[in-house]
Amino acid sequence: MTIAALEDSQGNAPPSVRAALEDPPLVRAALIVLALGFAALFLLLPLVAVFVQAFSAGLGVYWKAISEPVALQAIKLTLIVASISVPANAVFGVAAAWAIARFEFPGKNLLVTLIDLPFAVSPVISGLIFVLLFGAQGVFGPWLIEHGVKIIFAAPGIVLATMFITFPFVARELIPLMQEQGSEEEEAAISLGASGWQMFRRVTLPNIRLGLLYGVVLLNARAMGEFGAVSVVSGHIRGLTNTIPLHVEILYNEYQSAAAFAAASLLALLALVTLVAKRALEWRIRRETRA
Amino acid sequence: MSIEVRGLWKRFGDFTALRDVSLHVEPGELLALLGPSGSGKTTLLRLIAGLERPDAGSISFDGEDATERSARDRRVGFVFQHYALFRHMTVFENVAFGLRVQPRNRRPTEEKIQARVHELLDLVQLEGLARRMPTQLSGGQRQRVALARALAVQPRVLLLDEPFGALDARVRRELRRWLRKLHDELGITSLFVTHDQEEALELADRVVVVNEGRIEQVGAPDEVYRRPATAFVFGFLGEANWLSTTVDGRKARVGFRPDDLELSLGPLEGHAFAARVRRVQSLGARAKLELVSAAGAVVQADVPAERVRTLALSPGAEIFAAPREMQVFFESD
Repeated sequence: MTIAALEDSQGNAPPSVRAALEDPPLVRAALIVLALGFAALFLLLPLVAVFVQAFSAGLGVYWKAISEPVALQAIKLTLIVASISVPANAVFGVAAAWAIARFEFPGKNLLVTLIDLPFAVSPVISGLIFVLLFGAQGVFGPWLIEHGVKIIFAAPGIVLATMFITFPFVARELIPLMQEQGSEEEEAAISLGASGWQMFRRVTLPNIRLGLLYGVVLLNARAMGEFGAVSVVSGHIRGLTNTIPLHVEILYNEYQSAAAFAAASLLALLALVTLVAKRALEWRIRRETRA
Repeated sequence: MSIEVRGLWKRFGDFTALRDVSLHVEPGELLALLGPSGSGKTTLLRLIAGLERPDAGSISFDGEDATERSARDRRVGFVFQHYALFRHMTVFENVAFGLRVQPRNRRPTEEKIQARVHELLDLVQLEGLARRMPTQLSGGQRQRVALARALAVQPRVLLLDEPFGALDARVRRELRRWLRKLHDELGITSLFVTHDQEEALELADRVVVVNEGRIEQVGAPDEVYRRPATAFVFGFLGEANWLSTTVDGRKARVGFRPDDLELSLGPLEGHAFAARVRRVQSLGARAKLELVSAAGAVVQADVPAERVRTLALSPGAEIFAAPREMQVFFESD
């Protein structure tokens, strides 16, 4: 009797209550499959394809493709461009973020808006701006020719265009961070007798270092991978003004597909390193803010 | 060290934080800057520390003008409301900071730094926590690290911004007593900002009541409490009842404390008025009553619970009330 009653009550248990926002299992599964499938098809597959294509003609061809003089020049120029634009924009980014987060000054809103300009403008337009300024027919063109300074269709133009494009990365990363941290620690440092430089090195920089590194990683990836703006100002002079992305395009247009993909694999590798570094930094930032 | 503040003005955009503030602080004094939020008390503290520049006026230490001196050279210890501990440094390094950034010729040796920091951590009773990070400390511990850090450079003045604001009530009372003791031991001229009148009255040698960028009154705790200079001071330092009246033909407001009210069933001597009890709320040893005077004014009374029982007071009872002590403020003041 009691056992029967128990079974009875179990059988008549109220229907399980489902949270209002919980989707039915089928919908959940469909969404997960869709997201993963999409990512695999559009993100993972192309990445794999780059490496498969790069090595399709064998290791020897791969090695030759990335060690021929023209390829080496493209790698060298890419590294030079990055080694100038990354530190320059890191310094600028810190300075701009500091000014915006710490001070009130006329033109502050304009500066905040201007920092975003390179993100808003198409890279091709960015490149054209420099041609219009420094090209032979440009505003400063005659003066530059007169003084024998070559900017457009030369390395300086590529550096300028890259710096313009990558201008916002560090500042964008640091402005909200520095605003959130406030200036009290810096004021404490000063009132304890620190000089401006001691305050920056011992208090400000350690507090923003992860955010700064994060910005620099993204900045570097973009500086090495930029195509549009650089393409306009470079002039595609082989062995002289080609960066890796431009080199890839030329090879591809010449139907040297294995070589093109070999060069492209270098950029893909950079992307992977960037992703890992980004992820590691995010993990450390989260851990530090939680601690 | 004495501090002399003269005619200080400070504006932030359209907002005037300080209007012509002058103040003298005696050497070794513990002074409270008391006022509601936005009254300018923190601004005054930051100006003395050199963290803000005044628009007008001067600040001098021991008679020496320091208005143009940077915060770095003022030798003022500042304890921030939220402590502002260096988040990436250990407790030890936080306290050692002021010693490490000194110019090379004045910088103590590493052994001396070690000794000094441990001595300070001992003073603030945090000896065992030297290796902790700030995030691993409780609020009260952070507060004491901030204090030790400020004391490390042997400041001539100690400024504390809402030192107990972010702590819970029990820790607050403990730290309050401890800070008073520490001040008496070190004898360092100290100013602290608070919006808590009880804290100011209990802790300070003198209280500076600040309102809307002006100093309303400066005086010993008992003095500002017993002889408030303005209606604001009276109202801010405790609960107050206000009645409008005329004194010698001038419009005036009369203020008295709820606990300064004598209640009786029969007529009373002095400035008594008839009233009806509207509400009785018993709070253990004390009872709070809401009275309505014959003229219609609502008056709060705070009396011993025993008084309510002997008079058998309940809502609707007709009684007489007389303030034992009251303050008259003329409207034109």
